[in-house]
Amino acid sequence: MSTTAVSTPSRLRLPRWAAPAGIAVLFVVAYLVFRGTATLPHDKEAPQFLAVTGLREWIDDHRNDNPIFLYFLNYIRLFVGQLYDLFEVVLYALGWPGITGVLGALGWLAGGRRLALLAVASVSAFGVLGLWEPSVDTLALVAVAVLLSLAIGIPLGVWAGLSPRARRVITPVLDVMQIMPTFAYLAPLALFFHIGAPAGAIATMIYSIPPAIRITALAVSQVSPTAVEASTSLGATRAQTLFKVYLPLARPTMALAVNQTIMMALSMVVIANLISAPGLGGDIIRGLSRAQVGIMLPAGVAVVIMAVLLDRMTMAVSKRGPHARPGRFDWAAAGVLAVAGLALIPVLPKTWPENLTVNVVSEINDAVRWAENNWYAVTTFVKDVTTEGLLNPLQTLFTSAPWWLVALAVLLLAWRVSGVRPALTALGCLLAILLLGIWHHTMQTLTTVVIAVLVTLVIGLLLGVAAARSPRYSAVQRPILDAAQTMPAFVYLLPALALFGTTRFTAIFASVIYAVPPVVRLVEDGIKGVPPTVVEAAASAGSTSGQLLWKVQLPMARRAILLAANQGIVMTLAMVVVGGLVGAGALGYDVVVGFSQRADFGMGFIAGIATVLLGVMLDRITQGADRRPSPRRRRLTS
Amino acid sequence: MGDSPDSAAITVEGLWKVFGSRARKVLDSEDRHLDQATLRDKTGCTAAVRDVSFEVRPGEVFVVMGLSGSGKSTLVRCLTRLIEPSEGRISIDGEDIGAASPARLREIRRHHVSMVFQHFGLLPHRKVIDNVAYGLEVQGTARAARHERAAEILSLVGLDGHADAYPDQLSGGMQQRVGLARALAVDPRVMLFDEPFSALDPLIRRDMQAEVIRLHREVGKTMVFITHDLSEALKLGERIAIMRAGSIVQLGTAEELVGAPADDYVADFVRDVPRSHVLSLRWICRAPEPDEPLDGPALPVTTLIKEAVGACASSASPLRVMDGEELVGVVDRVDLLGFLSEREAAA
Repeated sequence: MSTTAVSTPSRLRLPRWAAPAGIAVLFVVAYLVFRGTATLPHDKEAPQFLAVTGLREWIDDHRNDNPIFLYFLNYIRLFVGQLYDLFEVVLYALGWPGITGVLGALGWLAGGRRLALLAVASVSAFGVLGLWEPSVDTLALVAVAVLLSLAIGIPLGVWAGLSPRARRVITPVLDVMQIMPTFAYLAPLALFFHIGAPAGAIATMIYSIPPAIRITALAVSQVSPTAVEASTSLGATRAQTLFKVYLPLARPTMALAVNQTIMMALSMVVIANLISAPGLGGDIIRGLSRAQVGIMLPAGVAVVIMAVLLDRMTMAVSKRGPHARPGRFDWAAAGVLAVAGLALIPVLPKTWPENLTVNVVSEINDAVRWAENNWYAVTTFVKDVTTEGLLNPLQTLFTSAPWWLVALAVLLLAWRVSGVRPALTALGCLLAILLLGIWHHTMQTLTTVVIAVLVTLVIGLLLGVAAARSPRYSAVQRPILDAAQTMPAFVYLLPALALFGTTRFTAIFASVIYAVPPVVRLVEDGIKGVPPTVVEAAASAGSTSGQLLWKVQLPMARRAILLAANQGIVMTLAMVVVGGLVGAGALGYDVVVGFSQRADFGMGFIAGIATVLLGVMLDRITQGADRRPSPRRRRLTS
Repeated sequence: MGDSPDSAAITVEGLWKVFGSRARKVLDSEDRHLDQATLRDKTGCTAAVRDVSFEVRPGEVFVVMGLSGSGKSTLVRCLTRLIEPSEGRISIDGEDIGAASPARLREIRRHHVSMVFQHFGLLPHRKVIDNVAYGLEVQGTARAARHERAAEILSLVGLDGHADAYPDQLSGGMQQRVGLARALAVDPRVMLFDEPFSALDPLIRRDMQAEVIRLHREVGKTMVFITHDLSEALKLGERIAIMRAGSIVQLGTAEELVGAPADDYVADFVRDVPRSHVLSLRWICRAPEPDEPLDGPALPVTTLIKEAVGACASSASPLRVMDGEELVGVVDRVDLLGFLSEREAAA
């Protein structure tokens, strides 16, 4: 020990934290000196906004004489619209007996008696909730969007799975698409495809297509290479190998692609109501904007039921073994169900009878009011402490700092964590936001996101570590996480709204409960993924369970934890923006106003773009920690 | 290799396979003569097969043996261009494989050459019978005909009664029988085996080796067999090519490899082989001394040494080693004991 001390050169060694600390001090000083200068307050009439609003006016005037619209975009809209009409006509013709019978039959084929029962119960629930027509509209919209997603996504996914070159082109596009918040899709689509069901279906399709492509590509590229080689060695053509080897072997994973696509579509189909897509979204958006839980709860429940039903059905298909098929009995049972349903169409009324519905709007509103009154002390305390203690100071910091100081901080942070190229991308995004003239609101949204992410990560880490260490606790928590991840995003706004009314805190609360489940899961899986031999070795060296956690499990799960942070940020941002509907203000609110008020369309449009830029920026700042290759790997690949 | 090409089932001349984006440049330059590691450091390319030539006679079992990374699996895939060779000529039954169009190549794979893989490559979603019939299916054979043929082959490989099972319901050895049946079902002239038994348990492996020997006797196909297991090579191979770092270092019968290894690498390889189990009397017989009695038992020159021990022990006179009617030499107890103890002396 002493020998090393003697042999070290006398040069002054700074501790490792000295440089970051020094830089932090410099930033604090710079902030104190330049505070209040070079800030960019919000201007509703910014020329950028007006330009976009003008563009929209021009497009609306020329929608029917500009060749791009006349010969291309309008045809797409027409085609999607007709597809939607077709589905709607068929579903309404089936009526509730027909839909119940057909869905029941599909449920039986997918997963036997229990799923058939679930399907029948679910369809009846739509009726009982008094939401028969919007439910059918939503079903038709989801069906169209998912069908189009799969029709485009599966071929693209197969292509990307077979050709590494195609994969290199497609992957970065999907990466960006997946961090785009739902809102960001709406304004451009409204611009090109007007509003209504076709635009809603297209928005939903675009939002739900990334998992279709990505998981299909994964499924195809995971097909056993020996099976493919064996097929080729027997003289199969490329098409024969594709249809007889690749697709059958990829099928179980591709069912997962269908599942994820449906889940994404269900999440988007509600938001699409902002551009006048029909269905359950109407009640939900109305309930959100009026802060009336009673209006939105039944519709929310209906969407969740739909999500659970479709999730269980597709999951049952994907979990089947490679050669399991429904037996003869299953076919017979499904046939009986379908025929019974179809036969009852002329006998029973097509829409759900009025007298069998349950109207609970006022009861729910009363219950919420009761909760608000009785828990007022607690909820207000939590809300006020967070708002005064965290939210306001941080927001003041972000909005009163000069823009160049914020940009510099972002650049340095991204550089430190992720490397040069992500840092430059992040900086580029920030400068673009600046040029778009929406700096002030972006900083406000950033504040909300930062706080939500911090809370999410703390809770997620605690729960994830707890689950990884206690199998019993994990067994309790897992089904809850599973259920939570099936739910469409906006559902989380419901309890938040009921408890906290319309404030910024509501959005934070909603995004925390929305983003915690995947974070918990990633952390738990990461810790559990530590090789058991390593854990055994550490335990046999006499580590306490605390030492095991801090010295072995957490460091080795580092990648998973950083991935969890990245995921948490992307999901939080998406939710905070949706939170614009419940008082989060800033960018999300701008987007909503943009749809409802024609004169503010430009501001909403640009706010949508800003959310994307903000998302890319946050993603780039954090992604490198997870994707940056270790030094050893870099040497090997160079 | 002076035989005319059409007397051989497979002829390979000057075959190269270089992996990497600059493969062509490497082959056109002097870099091709660099050893593998230097080449990889210099150009990033890997020469998996380097200037390999050999011939396989019709009906022969030809074994290519080498450690992992020696290029043997790449070599066998080049034969039907599952991996496109970089340079060299391959002909099968006199037909130039390199010049075959994609359609013609498919024809060759469908009818002339089939392959058995290390990891079986079975299709889990198909029943055993449909796996076996796969080759016929891609040829466009009608369902009834291909199932009939597949059932025949299944009983040939001893899988009667498993036609309607799925691959994951069978043991590893049985799965490889399915792989074997699939390759046999198209009635090829040449069968390629890529380490087919290395994923199996030792006992099953022995059964399967016996199975291949039996099938070879019954159906008489030309076989190219890749393995990293020397005892498997010695057991199956009429001739064996030993590969190292992409090149063939020695090609010969088991006896030639064990009796006269071409270099230290081969010698090291065959060191643990019990030589008396592989070498014949030819290797130890000598010209008789003038006063030696020539009335001992006569044995053919191809008799393995271990099989001569009994005869030698029970006879006072040296053994006479005969090639047909001609006396090649004699072997007495001292020669035999000396040979048998040589190994221990060397070790």
